[in-house]
Amino acid sequence: MAEILVFSEKDEIAFELLSKGRELKEGLGLGLAAALLGQEVEGRSGQYFSYGAEKVYLGESTLLADFYVEIYAQALQRMAEEGGAQILLLGSTKRGKELASRVAQKLGAGCITEAIDLRLEGGGLVADRYALGGNTVASQVIKTERKVIAVMPKTFEALPLEAGKGQTVRLELELPEPRVRVVERRAKEGEAVDIEEAETLVCIGRGLGAEEDLGMIWELAAALGAEVGCTKSPASDYGWLSEERIVGLSGKKCNPRLYLGIGISGQIQHTVGILGSKIIVAINKDPQAPIFKIADYGIVGDLYEVVPRLAERLTTP
Amino acid sequence: MQIVVCLKQIPDLQQIRIKRDSREPVLEGVPLLFGDMDKNALEEAVRIVEKEGGKVTALALGSPKLRDTIKEALAMGADEAVILTDPAFQGSDTVTTAKILAKAIEKIGPYDLILCGEGSTDNYSGQVPSRLAEILGLPQVTYVRQLEFTEGGLRATRDMEEALEIVEVPLPVLVSVTSEINEPRLASMIQILRAAKKPLQEWSAEDLGLSAAEVGKEASSLEIISNLAPEQERKNVTLEGEVDEVVEQLIDALTREGVIAR
Repeated sequence: MAEILVFSEKDEIAFELLSKGRELKEGLGLGLAAALLGQEVEGRSGQYFSYGAEKVYLGESTLLADFYVEIYAQALQRMAEEGGAQILLLGSTKRGKELASRVAQKLGAGCITEAIDLRLEGGGLVADRYALGGNTVASQVIKTERKVIAVMPKTFEALPLEAGKGQTVRLELELPEPRVRVVERRAKEGEAVDIEEAETLVCIGRGLGAEEDLGMIWELAAALGAEVGCTKSPASDYGWLSEERIVGLSGKKCNPRLYLGIGISGQIQHTVGILGSKIIVAINKDPQAPIFKIADYGIVGDLYEVVPRLAERLTTP
Repeated sequence: MQIVVCLKQIPDLQQIRIKRDSREPVLEGVPLLFGDMDKNALEEAVRIVEKEGGKVTALALGSPKLRDTIKEALAMGADEAVILTDPAFQGSDTVTTAKILAKAIEKIGPYDLILCGEGSTDNYSGQVPSRLAEILGLPQVTYVRQLEFTEGGLRATRDMEEALEIVEVPLPVLVSVTSEINEPRLASMIQILRAAKKPLQEWSAEDLGLSAAEVGKEASSLEIISNLAPEQERKNVTLEGEVDEVVEQLIDALTREGVIAR
């Protein structure tokens, strides 16, 4: 039977995709398989069965110990052809995106990356993704017989089954030596911060005049029990905050219950990352700033007056 | 060093308006420009050639407005440019775009390095670099924030989610860059004037040996069912008054919403 083939270099994302795959396979009349690639992977297959994989392809090779996209694409192509995969679901991580595109090209398949939803409509598979820099959401259908879709992490919930078992299929892979060689891996400087998980998020933009002014932002964040995020400039251009704190197209997508944008004009590259917020508050001195259009509550005013006062009021009963 | 830089002409995203009733984007009259990271790729190419010698060819596929847009690439330091504006190319997706660019790169001639942005600023699908590398049979090194040349190849620092990954690869290779790699220059008036005299070629599908059926909308692998602004139902309440008053109003509102604990 033709199948849906799931792969991510991150198990937790593969489990999310398998969970969604269980729903899609019913509507499409397909099997559900997963690919495991690496040096030794067989031990992980049991977990994959418990998320609904009926079949797990094992690709074990020393050449798969490091993630080289060319080699991974070749291995995945082999697995897709072996089981007649019609749909490949990958995680839209950086590695997942480049792998999806390269394996799609090998398979002559159309591909959608950064999908934020997948659903069946009229018997076909529809994927949503942001387009025009986040101005719009495009709903797209892939017309080729084989389809490759890379889905954003955490789009679907990983739901384990009570019991799961399936079949493992070991493939002998003929792989070339990688032409690219990793000579060093260096942990990123900066901090382990996960602003995507924040319930309350205070973000700053170019309206903040100097690095010293971050002090009052941290005070406000502390008063709110919030994390601090930013637009691209304060991190990439000025280095005031680590890049893990960038919110938007080139950073994190956040769904806090409360978002406060301070000195943020509201360019689409940033706001695409906050559309899932329950309540959006904007503080900006420019009444024309686009952020007010997407705000629930807006204060047109000087952040240097509003922020300290707000922090003070929140900390004094 | 022979370098080809691929650039995508996109609408100025800040100037796209959304129709209030239908939520459709309005693209008419929106100026076209090159994507941010495409400019980073071009800047990197120009810096490499300034140091190592060689030639930078800017390559772009898009509407006839490219005849104007491409001048910025030439002013920024590309030595020559090729634009692909055949109406048959209109409606191309990543599959057909990669196919067309690959043909053009082969026609441009021998190269050491293909440079792209890691994604286009409008759709950010990031597919074209990988597809192009696959068609051309090249290794790919994506998400590069630092690039240096070594004996016979290059050493690149890749910006991955959790770590920086330093890789070495022989030439020829396809590299995609992130915005952190450099600060693209603004062309001076003299450079803009000189750009007009630089070689600019315009190639059609026929010039590339492609039939109209192989490119454009018909050959594209995607169908867009809808493309609308996401529904945003926001309260749009503006709080007015003295600082103390607006702060009180805000705290009251957020308490009512249940998003702050009091």
